[in-house]
Amino acid sequence: MEYILMFIAAVFVNNIVLAQFLGICPFLGVSQRVSTALGMAGAVTFVITLATIVTFIVQKTVLDPFQIGFMQTIAFILIIAALVQMVEIILKKVSPSLYQALGVFLPLITTNCTVLGVAIMVIQKEYNLMQSVVFAASTALGFGLALVIFAGIREQLALADIPKGMKGAPVSLITAGILAMAFMGFSGIV
Amino acid sequence: MSNLSTFTNGLFKENPIFVLLLGMCPTLGVTTSAVNGAGMGLATCFVLILSNLAISWVTNIIPDKIRIPGYIVIIAAFVTIVDMCMAAYLPGLHAALGIYIPLIVVNCIVLGRAEAFASKNKALPSMLDGLGMGLGFTLSLTLLGAVREFLGSGKVFSIPVYSEDYGMLIFVLAPGAFLALGYLIAVVNRFKKA
Repeated sequence: MEYILMFIAAVFVNNIVLAQFLGICPFLGVSQRVSTALGMAGAVTFVITLATIVTFIVQKTVLDPFQIGFMQTIAFILIIAALVQMVEIILKKVSPSLYQALGVFLPLITTNCTVLGVAIMVIQKEYNLMQSVVFAASTALGFGLALVIFAGIREQLALADIPKGMKGAPVSLITAGILAMAFMGFSGIV
Repeated sequence: MSNLSTFTNGLFKENPIFVLLLGMCPTLGVTTSAVNGAGMGLATCFVLILSNLAISWVTNIIPDKIRIPGYIVIIAAFVTIVDMCMAAYLPGLHAALGIYIPLIVVNCIVLGRAEAFASKNKALPSMLDGLGMGLGFTLSLTLLGAVREFLGSGKVFSIPVYSEDYGMLIFVLAPGAFLALGYLIAVVNRFKKA
């Protein structure tokens, strides 16, 4: 039950993009088409879950015992960068078809602040390993959900007649604002 | 490019928020008030100047293939310094900015300037570029924070302008961030073309 609540809270109520403003760059950058949005969502979910497990273990077995918590930012970003590179290399060898689908998005993920954000949040909230994994995976799914919905809207928006000054970024941001308002309707559920 | 134009470049012509659209996460996340926006902007500005300076010094020593991880470690070191100084001297602001301080590491502006400018230029222009970009970022964040604070809670820099009861609460909540920034960029676009 606890995990189900956590899942709903992370996907709908505290949606990482629309309520906490993490991962805005890919949210605005790769949301022109639904198919690319799905690919990005898949890659992000995979990397966030994996990165959270690894950073959690490093925090508990290296940073905490040696009392070097101040190295957290440096350690985590290095782990994430290395991990993304490794996933890319392994995917290329093991599953070329998956690599074809996710490959282009992987290098972009290192600078996606959701990954580092979730890794730090999990430590701040003092979750255990199982809770961390559920939290990471559901947060990532929330990111994917927002991204895919937004891409769907933007596909339609491309056909609309928009005033010149509003084209591009402004209208995308306002659309995102309205989407965030819709997600506010979920607040109070959990 | 002269030093002066390097400096003003980031302020207006290539303003990181309104023109380049980089570093959106802290822009939207912390600008519930003008003071928070300014605090975040100055913290990023500090990191930008010092990381640009450090990177322009070491860029010839770092092998080309591992330059990005190298830059990230340098940036992360300065972010850690800012994080700890802020926690010690400005605990209130530190609590308000929260997770966005460590996330300066993954702010695209910092790495972007390191790669695009500091790695190719000498120390002084790199610092000026960092200062210009950082101040441009700070100005944009403060402006966005002031607009949201004014519309949402009737204050500017915590000074009451009109009664809070008439404020549109939506502007200090999440959707207001997107809406306010969207319309501000539209206004900037309008002036740029005129």
